[in-house]
Order: sequence, then structure tokens, then C-alpha cells
Amino acid sequence: MPEWTFVRITEGEPHFDYHKTFKPIVFITCLVPMSLLAWATVSGRLSANPLEDIRDTTGLWTLRFLILTLSITPLRRLTSWHALIRFRRMLGLFAFFHAVLHFVTYVWLDQFFAFSEMVADLTKRRFIMAGYASLVLLIPLAVTSTKKWIGRLGGKRWQLLHRLVYVSAAAGVIHYFWRVKLNVDRPVLYGLVLTLLLALRFRRKRRMDQTNEV
Amino acid sequence: MLVQRAADIPSSEITPERIYQNRREFIKAASAFLLPTVAALQSRSGPYDTNEKITPYEDSTTYNNYYEFGTDRSDPSKNSVNFRVKPWTVSVEGLVKKPATYDLGDLIKGLALEDRVYRMRCVERWSMVVPWRGFPLANLVKRLEPAPSARYVEFKTIVARDQMPGQRSSFVGGGLNWPYTEGLRMDEAMHPLTLIATGMYGKSLPNQNGAPMRLVVPWKYGFKGIKAIVAIRFVEQQPVSSWMESWPQAYGFYANVNPSVDHPRWSQAREQRIGETRNIFSGSGIRSTLMFNGYADQVAHLYAGMDLRKNY
Repeated sequence: MPEWTFVRITEGEPHFDYHKTFKPIVFITCLVPMSLLAWATVSGRLSANPLEDIRDTTGLWTLRFLILTLSITPLRRLTSWHALIRFRRMLGLFAFFHAVLHFVTYVWLDQFFAFSEMVADLTKRRFIMAGYASLVLLIPLAVTSTKKWIGRLGGKRWQLLHRLVYVSAAAGVIHYFWRVKLNVDRPVLYGLVLTLLLALRFRRKRRMDQTNEV
Repeated sequence: MLVQRAADIPSSEITPERIYQNRREFIKAASAFLLPTVAALQSRSGPYDTNEKITPYEDSTTYNNYYEFGTDRSDPSKNSVNFRVKPWTVSVEGLVKKPATYDLGDLIKGLALEDRVYRMRCVERWSMVVPWRGFPLANLVKRLEPAPSARYVEFKTIVARDQMPGQRSSFVGGGLNWPYTEGLRMDEAMHPLTLIATGMYGKSLPNQNGAPMRLVVPWKYGFKGIKAIVAIRFVEQQPVSSWMESWPQAYGFYANVNPSVDHPRWSQAREQRIGETRNIFSGSGIRSTLMFNGYADQVAHLYAGMDLRKNY
């Protein structure tokens, strides 16, 4: 063993704390899309239909953050860069943040608080139902995202609960798929990425189950 | 200190009494000369014009659905800059006295242009008010002399794959089949509200709005207003429009604006008026959609006895 490795380990040179250094950077980066949208809104740079811009942008970023959140685990396994896991909660909460903005846009700008219309929307239109499902499923996950709640629920149960994010993301993509006027290319693309991310998990789980049996 | 009074009003500033007496005529003459085009268009409103606020030119020329140039509403204005509208030929086909291919100029020569301020309601729940310049389609149809057996008119948009990115790639063009096809029943085509537009806002039609020639049917959803027309065909059978073909449950042949018949994905009861939604937080741009887009008095009789839930 080369001496420098030995020295480094034994002398306990403090290793680089990715989380501490990158946390504020990641946080600020995650705020960029909505900051740009807010700036475009106040400076009048949105299109002739600002409602549509805000509605579509918040919706798309919800899906993107869900996909980013779900790609942490496969990416961590692929690269063995385990510090990544410490950013997962933040990304998940950002997905929830965008989902809430998307919902507020619908209630306020799109429907302007016409509650009877919204009830009709919910009962008549399956894409609205899928959207609600996706949002509602994220609420318990956002609430129990703290360390305190992990302790309260116990790791196993907490993990089980947080698998709901798979269902939420799927409902979100279906919401998009059912919403478009005609062309489903883009929602299908999101669906493929999501399928890939989920498939990586289940393949690994099956492999581990088989190993355990042997 | 001497405080000097200002000099009396010089005589050159004093309005001669003769002009003063005729001041109302003078103001009328001056304003008729000076008013900008749009205001002038509105002030001469004819029987078919709405006096609602005209959508800003910037909005109606940058927010368009024209899938040949891309599905995003901002795509057509960006991607149609180099679209060539000269020379332009229109093929007149089917049950008509003289089927032939015409140069656009020859085809419409002598047809008197009119300015018409119409509401435009898109199937996507937004609307505009546009001052079109064109001629009633009826005048062109009469000139072409269709056979009595012709019950429908079918229109086609140009296929120009080299100039229209949406026709090259379904990812850009939204998956419609080309050429874009639309149609009207003969009585709809002959209705005085139905216009062929070659201009808007007192100018020639911008490429993104359907240059050099498009259809405007103000009581129907905007997608009936086929753009860049290269073929007019008189037929006996009801044509299949592009949107019908791609999703028949959502898009019918008639596509009359109707607040009580929902799109499968959204309610058609209300709409966003483009240009009035700048203050989006106040809900000010949201308005109720009117039956036949507010043209019920003029067109409802065309559909008497028809079930509009089935014939959407």
C-alpha cells in the first residue's frame, strides 16, 4: 500500500463535504426557472397569453423535478457517488413547490376561483383527476420529509410511504398525456424517462431478491 | 421695480371669427384626416363589425396556431419569416364551371375589399378581436359558378415542406396530416359573414396569419379559418377536415362556437381575451363564451333542427 494512502486514512484528513458546499448552490439553481418566470411576468415578457405560459411552465417543472428526484438513486448506484442522496429531499420538496404553484395557477389564473366549474372539471375530466392525484399524493411526502418524521415512522415504514412518489410521478405524466390537444410526443418522452428510472429500481430489487434466496 | 404686463395676444394667434363659427366642421375634418387606421376602422363600423376593443397587432401576430410552422403559439411568427407568397396560384376544382389553376391576382381581381372587425374564438379557450380586410367568400363562389350539385366547399393549405418545418417533422407539426384541409357547407360558404381575408389591420396579411389568403368564419372555432389556401374544391360529400381526421371525438365538421358543448379536455363555457389578460391576477381577461361566438342572430337559422351536441 502506498504510504500516502495510509497516511491520509490514519491521519483522518477531513474529507470534502459535498452536501455542505453544494447545498446552497443546488438550492439557488433550483429557484432559477421560477425566478425567470416571475421576472418575465412582471416585466411583461410573457406571450400574449400569460396564463398559459405560467400554467404550462409550472406544470412542466413539476414533472422535471419529480424526474430529477427519482434519478438520484439510480445515479448514485451507477456512479457510487453516495453524497448525491443528501440532495434528494431538496429536489423532492422543489417538485412539491412547483406542483403547488401549478395548482394555484389553475385555481386562480385559469379558473379565477369558479368553484362550481372546478368541481365539474374534476368529475368530468380524467386529466384533471390525474393532476389532483399527483398533487395529493405528494402532500404526505412533503409533510414527512423531515428527520423527525423518519424517526417517528421508522425507516422501513417511512420508505414504504415514500414509494408513493412513483405513483405521483406516473399520475403527473398521465395528466400531461391526457391534457395535450393532439400530439403526445412530449408526454411520451417524459413517460419513457420515468419508465426507465422505475425499471432500474425494480431490476435491482429482483436481482437482490434472487441473491437472498441463494 | 417695474413689473411689466405680458403683451396682449398677438393678432396672428387670434382665430378668425369665420373659422371660430365653423369650429365643429373644422375639428371633424381634421380628425378624419389624422386619426390612425385602427381607430378609423372602428369608427366606420358596419353592420357586421363588433365595437369591442381590437387586440393589439403585436399580440395577434405573435400568438398564432399554424402547425405547419410549429405547435407553439410563438412558432409561426418566428418560422414564417421567409415564407414565399409570390407567385401564388390557387387551383379551383370539382363541381364547378371552369376548373382551372389561377394566379391569385387574377382570381380575386375586381372583388371589392372590405374591413370587418370580428371576434375570433380559438378552440383552446382564448379569443381575440381582429380587423380583417377581405371580401365575402360568396362573391368569389358566385364568380366561379359551382354546379347545383355542389353541396360543400373544401379548402387546402399549401404543402411546402422546404419552407414549413411542421410538415417535415411530426414533432414540430403536432402530428396533423398534410395538406391541412377544411370545409364548409355551401350555405355557410355563401353567408355574408364568411370572409376570405387578404389583409388585417389595414395592411396585407402577415405570413403567420395565413398570407396570402385565408378563410375567416367568425362563428366557428379558429381552426376552421384555413390559411395559405391553394385549392378550392366544390364537392357533393361532406369533406373530412384535418382536425376531424386526427381526433373525431374532439373536433367535428361544424366546429361552431358553443359554450354548452365541452371539448373532451376542457369546458368551452369561458375564454381568455388575448391582450386583456396582462393583469392576469385580477381575472379581468376571462369572459363568458357566447353561442355562435355572439353571431347567433345572423347564423343560428343555418342549424335549425340540428342536434348541436352531435353535430359539434
